[in-house]
Amino acid sequence: MSFLDFLSALLLVPALFFFVAGTVALLRFPDLYSRLHALTKADNVGLGFAVLALMLRAENGVEVFKLALIWGLVLAASSTVCFLIGQEAVRRGLKPWTRQSP
Amino acid sequence: MIPQLLDGTLVLVVVALAWRALNDRDLFRGVIEFIALGLLLAMAWLRLRAPDLALAEAAVGSGLTGALILSALVRMRRREQAAAGQPAGVATGPWAKDRAKNFSRVLLGALSVAMLGTLAWAALSLPAKARGLTAEALARLPDSGVTNPVTAVLLNFRAYDTLLEIGVLLLAIVGVWALRRGEWPAADLRERPLLLSLLRWVLPLLAVGAGYLLWIGASAPGGAFQGGALLAGALVLALLSGLGRRLLRRGRLVRTGLTIGVLVFGVAGAVALGWTGGLLQYPTGQAGAWILVIEAAALVSIGLTLGLLYLGGRPGEK
Repeated sequence: MSFLDFLSALLLVPALFFFVAGTVALLRFPDLYSRLHALTKADNVGLGFAVLALMLRAENGVEVFKLALIWGLVLAASSTVCFLIGQEAVRRGLKPWTRQSP
Repeated sequence: MIPQLLDGTLVLVVVALAWRALNDRDLFRGVIEFIALGLLLAMAWLRLRAPDLALAEAAVGSGLTGALILSALVRMRRREQAAAGQPAGVATGPWAKDRAKNFSRVLLGALSVAMLGTLAWAALSLPAKARGLTAEALARLPDSGVTNPVTAVLLNFRAYDTLLEIGVLLLAIVGVWALRRGEWPAADLRERPLLLSLLRWVLPLLAVGAGYLLWIGASAPGGAFQGGALLAGALVLALLSGLGRRLLRRGRLVRTGLTIGVLVFGVAGAVALGWTGGLLQYPTGQAGAWILVIEAAALVSIGLTLGLLYLGGRPGEK
């Protein structure tokens, strides 16, 4: 196991942590807005760590570029979709959850 | 051990999701389950080392079909809402009073069963243990003009099948256009600046990606169908955001794009027939270039066909 492989495996640990945290948040958070918030943020960071880990195992520069492109596309798409879903929810009058609400 | 565990879980989840997608009372949730099922099936194809199929399943089976079913669902709900205020129709039951209608239904049912029986007989009459043509196909791979065996089979050894497939796609869109006028997508996303600024650079990127998949198809997983699916996804996004309106107003251009795959493929077949004496038997040494031209035309047609199916009818204002 080379140093790069070790580093790659090390980076997968926070990636897994963020994905698990995002999934738990999706299941446990009380309303749409907080779920969106958790999902888009946690998954983007988790994917970022996973992409970094995979980049260290890439065979050439083109693969590194492709992985970076995938991450960029997912970042842009998920934040836009998050915004669209949130805006639609506001338009339909969905109230954000607060501690005071029953 | 771990791969088997992964495969076993995948199989279980695929079967469970398929069951849920079919039986979910909430249709919307059913559609989402269907989309997730498609993505898991793509992973199953990857595990079976069929990346070409995985790409096609993810793009067409999950993405595009999911979008089609979702838009159908929205339209169905809208129609139900519109019909809710009106008195119910007379003959809505499965068995109408009309005898002629029942007769035609029985006839159609009998014909379908007969067709099924014929197909079953055809399948059962095949030899039980197929020898397969893998060895022969791989032996002739250097002559095919490409190094990806899947593309070699699709565009060279069995190009006739692919020609018919693209013809079927053309027939499908002609049928849909003949039946009804299309509706504009349910969601109006034109007033969403963030989406538009994303699409302004994602749409060109998707077009480049489709070209890349077409080009890489000669040596690695990819090709006209995968690239076409990507193009179709871009078209659906353009339709949703209203950016596609200007394209649709140019009817002649759209119709040319829809038919160009079949046209180029057919002309190539005819020219090859005159040149080498075999239908779609490309001249020796030039097969790669022929395949690239045919695939490029097919890419445009596949992308336009799959994307325009999203409208559910021929374009045009009501």
